[in-house]
Amino acid sequence: MAGIAPDGPTPDRSAKGGARSVGMRGLTLPLLLPAWAVIGIFMVLPVALMAIYSVLTKEFRGGVIWDFTLAAYDQFFIDRGLFGDEPARIEWTYVAIFWRSLWQAGVATLICLIVGFPTAWFIATRPAGSRPVWLFAITIPYWVNLLIRTVSLKFLIRDNGPLNSALVATGLIDGPLPLVNTDLAVQLGLFYSYLPFMVLPIYAAVERYDFALSEAAADLYASRWVTLREIVLPVVRPGIIAGCILVFVPSLGAFLAPDLLGGARNFMIGSLIDEQFRGSQGNWPFGAAASMILMSMVLIVLVAYARNQGRAGAGRARR
Amino acid sequence: MTDAIDIRGVVKRYGSVTALHGVSLTIADNEFFTLLGPSGCGKTTLLRCIAGFEDVSAGEIRLFGQDIAAQDPNHRPVNTVFQQYALFPHMSVIDNVGFGLKMKGMASAERRARAGRMLEMVHLSDFADRLPAQLSGGQQQRVALARALAPEPRVLLLDEPLSALDLKLRQAMRVELKSLQEQTGITFIFVTHDQEEALTMSDRIAVMSQGRVQQIGTAREIYETPVNRFVADFIGETNLVAARIDSIIDGRAEVTLPGGQRLSCAAGAATSGAGAHHLSIRPERLNLVAAGAAGSDLDAVVERVVYLGTDLHLMARLDDGTPFNVRLQNSAGTTIPAAGARVGLAFEPGAARLLAD
Amino acid sequence: MKGVRHFPGFAAMAVACLVILYAPLVVVTVYSFNGSTSITTWGGFSWRWYTDVFTGPESARFAAAAWNSLSIAVLAATGATAIATAAALAMVRGGAFAARPATFALINLPLMVPEIVTAVATLIFFSTIGLTTGYLTILIAHVTFCIPFAYLPIAARLQGIDDSYEMAARDLYASRAQALRLILLPLMMPGVISGYLLAFIISLDDFIITNFVKGAGMETLPTAIFGSVKQGIKPNIMAISSMMLAVSVLFVTLSYLVNRIGQRTRQPDPARRTP
Repeated sequence: MAGIAPDGPTPDRSAKGGARSVGMRGLTLPLLLPAWAVIGIFMVLPVALMAIYSVLTKEFRGGVIWDFTLAAYDQFFIDRGLFGDEPARIEWTYVAIFWRSLWQAGVATLICLIVGFPTAWFIATRPAGSRPVWLFAITIPYWVNLLIRTVSLKFLIRDNGPLNSALVATGLIDGPLPLVNTDLAVQLGLFYSYLPFMVLPIYAAVERYDFALSEAAADLYASRWVTLREIVLPVVRPGIIAGCILVFVPSLGAFLAPDLLGGARNFMIGSLIDEQFRGSQGNWPFGAAASMILMSMVLIVLVAYARNQGRAGAGRARR
Repeated sequence: MTDAIDIRGVVKRYGSVTALHGVSLTIADNEFFTLLGPSGCGKTTLLRCIAGFEDVSAGEIRLFGQDIAAQDPNHRPVNTVFQQYALFPHMSVIDNVGFGLKMKGMASAERRARAGRMLEMVHLSDFADRLPAQLSGGQQQRVALARALAPEPRVLLLDEPLSALDLKLRQAMRVELKSLQEQTGITFIFVTHDQEEALTMSDRIAVMSQGRVQQIGTAREIYETPVNRFVADFIGETNLVAARIDSIIDGRAEVTLPGGQRLSCAAGAATSGAGAHHLSIRPERLNLVAAGAAGSDLDAVVERVVYLGTDLHLMARLDDGTPFNVRLQNSAGTTIPAAGARVGLAFEPGAARLLAD
Repeated sequence: MKGVRHFPGFAAMAVACLVILYAPLVVVTVYSFNGSTSITTWGGFSWRWYTDVFTGPESARFAAAAWNSLSIAVLAATGATAIATAAALAMVRGGAFAARPATFALINLPLMVPEIVTAVATLIFFSTIGLTTGYLTILIAHVTFCIPFAYLPIAARLQGIDDSYEMAARDLYASRAQALRLILLPLMMPGVISGYLLAFIISLDDFIITNFVKGAGMETLPTAIFGSVKQGIKPNIMAISSMMLAVSVLFVTLSYLVNRIGQRTRQPDPARRTP
């Protein structure tokens, strides 16, 4: 019987079947046109334009002159001295800012993971009735304005703020801990901004986890922590990776937490880019180039993730 | 008189997959007609083609003589009872039942009265203002029936409507469906993979497999005179023994079985020895005799005896290793052979049917 | 022996997690009721900073910013929800079409590009086409980045609606438009409302992109607050923050309840025997 497998595939109606007049068939073009137009014109086109701006010449009062040059990228990576006449050396200033951003985002992701995994696990092992309440409690702060959350955190941890006053009052420390304008403050701020992004995907993975696997491991003499390492973590890994990406990517380009909590010494990419578009000291091509580099880094992470997902999916399908 | 449904050479392809390979059949008016087959056989696809949810790739579907293959579902005077009922969850029971009437433009008061009568018919008058989610599965099923019958369709299509119910309810609904069909006089086309359901209710049954109709007939015809190995195997229980045709004379065939035994049986559809053939013998259509006795058609060794109260189930094996099941009535005089015993199997007249693969 | 679900310390971590998440918000809310002018010392309970927000010297500036924020959020959420609903209908119910994966990527693009990059690109775009930055440019930017936030809950809801409902409607003599209006749209409504609320909050929340495309003299609440806290956290800012916090919590709770109600109108389970 040509074309039919022995046990007869049930045709996938949602994808292929259905009469021409069923559902939205034949109407896809008019229905999608608004989305294509709006995102195409106000998102894709601007990003393309930004790519072009990154190879234009800067205008001193902000904006650009339409002369093509690689000056922005040159300025980013290569140091030719104050007057541009010294031998070319690697320019470390901006690479260092990017490196610090990567480091801060990485540390924030790690803190989120260390706090988020036990939390997600704990919620997923509550009775089914109370899980939504816990999840709701975890997600509410996310819906509070990020600026307000960051300001609130700054208020709480500043030198003579409630946290330090309380610690001094209880006699735990002698003088206030200098937290604001440190790397730690920025990491805390990023952690505080994006923690729910870590908890939710891990929760989803743990909720699907078959606890009989843990019981089987325990039955075969594995201790609790060995079971966690050898069985649980490999099985829920996709959720952990998703959580890490969801925290890492926005942390990398974050602006508010480093700007409000980090101060001038703890510059990150977001502030560097922001500065290029402020007032007359701005440098639009340089800001566009830095944005291109940031976007490339994010896209590399996302593409690597998507490919990894694709492979994992193919692996499952083969089994 | 015109047939209610006349399907001619209907082909349905999904991309490279062909779900229906030129199906042709006719269904008379007032008939309870069942499409029976395993999942993926194309029965639901055929039903959806009749309803208008799928476009046919080729062929004609005539409804009382009129070709409806090009009509949209809302222009076809057929209604469907869906497998999961598809009751509109945001509408009350009475609004669900009246929906088709509303779409046909019936005035509100008249519509409500008619929907009320339909609910009376399915004994759900007290539930008119409830939401579907507040009903049990069996009640939802009746609402779905009332909704589909309310616009008085020429043909009612039922897509495995009983499969979501539990066994007791399913059995009760079979009787109710059949009497509803007799009461309304509407042609029912019923899709199921459950042969007991099909045998209980249907005037005629089309057995389908792999996108083709294998046999059409009454319950008795498809059980007692299956036309091929698939139908014999799918309907009820049977023993299939490979058979080589030696000769066919006057409608009787001489065959040799793998163990070398020779048998004579009705040739059926077989006209020559070409192609593979099997003998089909229903397990209840034979008697036990002494092994090697004159009446024995085949000898077998009993491997296991299962006592089922009214029945005895013997699992036996022919000399060449082919498994062979026997069902005996547990009457006063029945002698129960022991496991390991060698017995003779005497077929009732006409019990062995020769079938092409 | 506790079960395999238990790990010592995990419960403490979950509680700590909640404390960390809520402590700053609670502290700021408490201090917004501080009667003292100093933000460091507690001067007894008072509504004075709330009064200050509405009648103080900065009240006109905050009122204008609040009006801009709210009107932009309403318009942007409406636009984004309409666009996302149409797109979801095509993506989920439109059958197979070649551009589907590309369209999915396009719709989600605003989620994947870092916000600061979107901000830069949008500013460059408006500057190139010569559109003066202001209310209109903020609105356009907000509609654009709100589309995926509106799209995700709407598409998720639509995927959960069995297509047999539309089939049943068509079978019962409803035209395509009637099946959409009488059956599909009412069933989609919880998703549409969720999407709308999500887009609304996201628009209200946005600082980075707004800050780039707002132009001189134009303020929304976040940019006004940001401008103020640059000079130090003042008590009236805490009062505004507490009010915005209350609005956010209200909206999220609303969205949660709508979804809960939506659960009830999901496909009834025919396997259930008793009502």
